[in-house]
Amino acid sequence: MPVPVLEFGSGVAARTGEARALTPPSVRPRLAVESLDAWFSAAQALRDVSLTVPDGTVTAIIGPSGCGKSTMLRCLNRMHETVPGARTEGHVLLDGRDLYARGVDPISVRQHIGMVFQRPTPFPTMSIRGNVAAGLRVRRPRPSRSECDAIVEQALRRAGLWDEVRNRLGASATALSGGQQQRLCIARALATRPEILLLDEPTASLDPVSTQAVEELVRDLRGDVTILIVTHNMQQAARVSDRTAFFLAGEMVELAPTERLFTSPSDPRTEAYITGRFG
Amino acid sequence: MSAGAAASRPSDRQRAVRDRTRRGLARRKVVNGIMLGVLGLCVVLVTLPLVLILAHLLRTGAGALDVAFFTRMPAPVGERGGGMANAIVGTLILVGVAAAVGVPVGVGAGVYVAERRGSWLATTVRFLSDVLNGLPSIVMGIFAWQFLVRPVGHFSALSGGVALGAMMIPMVTRTTEEMVRTVPVSLREAALALGYPRWRTALVVVLRTASAGIVTGALVALARVAGETAPLLFTAFGNQFWSTNVTQPIAALPLQIFTYAISPYDDWHRLAWAGALVLIAIILVLSLIARAATRNRFDASAGA
Repeated sequence: MPVPVLEFGSGVAARTGEARALTPPSVRPRLAVESLDAWFSAAQALRDVSLTVPDGTVTAIIGPSGCGKSTMLRCLNRMHETVPGARTEGHVLLDGRDLYARGVDPISVRQHIGMVFQRPTPFPTMSIRGNVAAGLRVRRPRPSRSECDAIVEQALRRAGLWDEVRNRLGASATALSGGQQQRLCIARALATRPEILLLDEPTASLDPVSTQAVEELVRDLRGDVTILIVTHNMQQAARVSDRTAFFLAGEMVELAPTERLFTSPSDPRTEAYITGRFG
Repeated sequence: MSAGAAASRPSDRQRAVRDRTRRGLARRKVVNGIMLGVLGLCVVLVTLPLVLILAHLLRTGAGALDVAFFTRMPAPVGERGGGMANAIVGTLILVGVAAAVGVPVGVGAGVYVAERRGSWLATTVRFLSDVLNGLPSIVMGIFAWQFLVRPVGHFSALSGGVALGAMMIPMVTRTTEEMVRTVPVSLREAALALGYPRWRTALVVVLRTASAGIVTGALVALARVAGETAPLLFTAFGNQFWSTNVTQPIAALPLQIFTYAISPYDDWHRLAWAGALVLIAIILVLSLIARAATRNRFDASAGA
């Protein structure tokens, strides 16, 4: 895998204000999924999914429980295969390179694609600083101590947590509130400067104030980082994403610009779901 | 029957139900009292032996306990005084060797069994460690003799330590496995998603998160084998002289207590009691350290 192209602060598109929100900042496909199938043992979780994700955009994945949203996300950083009995077929191309090609090390894939889970998962034995720097410890070359400190500060600033924790970086990460812990996990994922950030229902276990903080963070990161976010909350998808994909029973029913998907979906099943007729 | 009439004038049927309920309540109170009494008795029966043993040891052993007991060597028969300095140091050396053998192997096996849950090898290892846990300690001693004493031709502290360490392995394996299993899958996944290789996830995240519990388990296992006598009878053998050489026979508190207790001399009997008191004190200290380690674990996870 090559060195990440994106660096902090060197965003693909400079922020030009709210007007930008409806037009994707770039049309270059960063990520392309080609006829992807995924199984848990004998049960098929994904059927022939193909989609492309333009650089720097936020893509929301919605759909009823068990429709394969999370599996889709976990296939993108090869986390799906860590479950016993799980397997995949198909291709996931990052900048044209197949992540599932023979000889590609899943560990290096995961170092380039960050992930944040539904529940905050700070490492309880590590300090706040240690948590943010955790991903850097498996990087080669390993950053120096001062580089590390700079990266930690940068990541915490981006996650909007710096002012709350700057005076207690050595404290246990479990002392933070749930919302802070989740932003810490986002900072941890950002510290490794991922090319893609996967958010698996990042606000599902958070209160409304923390949820808002995380949503603002996603909007801030837009343009710099390509984000895919799984959510159960259609309002959230509408608030943060450029494009939305609707999944049903392991298949991708529709992928469209968020506004169009919610106002004039082309598939009757999408319309039934977003108008609350099932799911 | 209308609801209004039922409320004003209870029927026979309702009265019968009410009486039965009252009688049932009285019966439950009696049963409750009896069961509480039985459980209280059990608590007393559990604590009483320990209290009696400690009281008896203090009464009979504390008299012979002085500075000389910790600093002097055993005195020849007929001579007064003397101590068990060599046996105390010997026990510490044996326990050290046992920990060096038992903890790494036990922790390694425990992590393997927990991480490879469901594989036939893990299932087999877990079953065998349960069998090993129930193995009489004298049998462990015979095996250590067969494989570590006989080929060399003489008894040694090393063989005794290995016998004790082998006894620790199944205990440490099971506690490690249980502690590792309490580490949530989400933490493992978080580490994997950061690009941690599997071995590093197990080492840095899983083992460190479970470390307090594993340390506790190891200390409890150490405390248990520190008082073992049978495996030492034909391995460490005992030694009346000062020796810290692990390739030679070495004195141990349980062996010294055994030797002194079956001797015909009153003076030695007193020393045996004092030795038993010191042995219990060592085990108590190990258990207290284990408890302290557990408490830290709960502090660390509070608010998680």
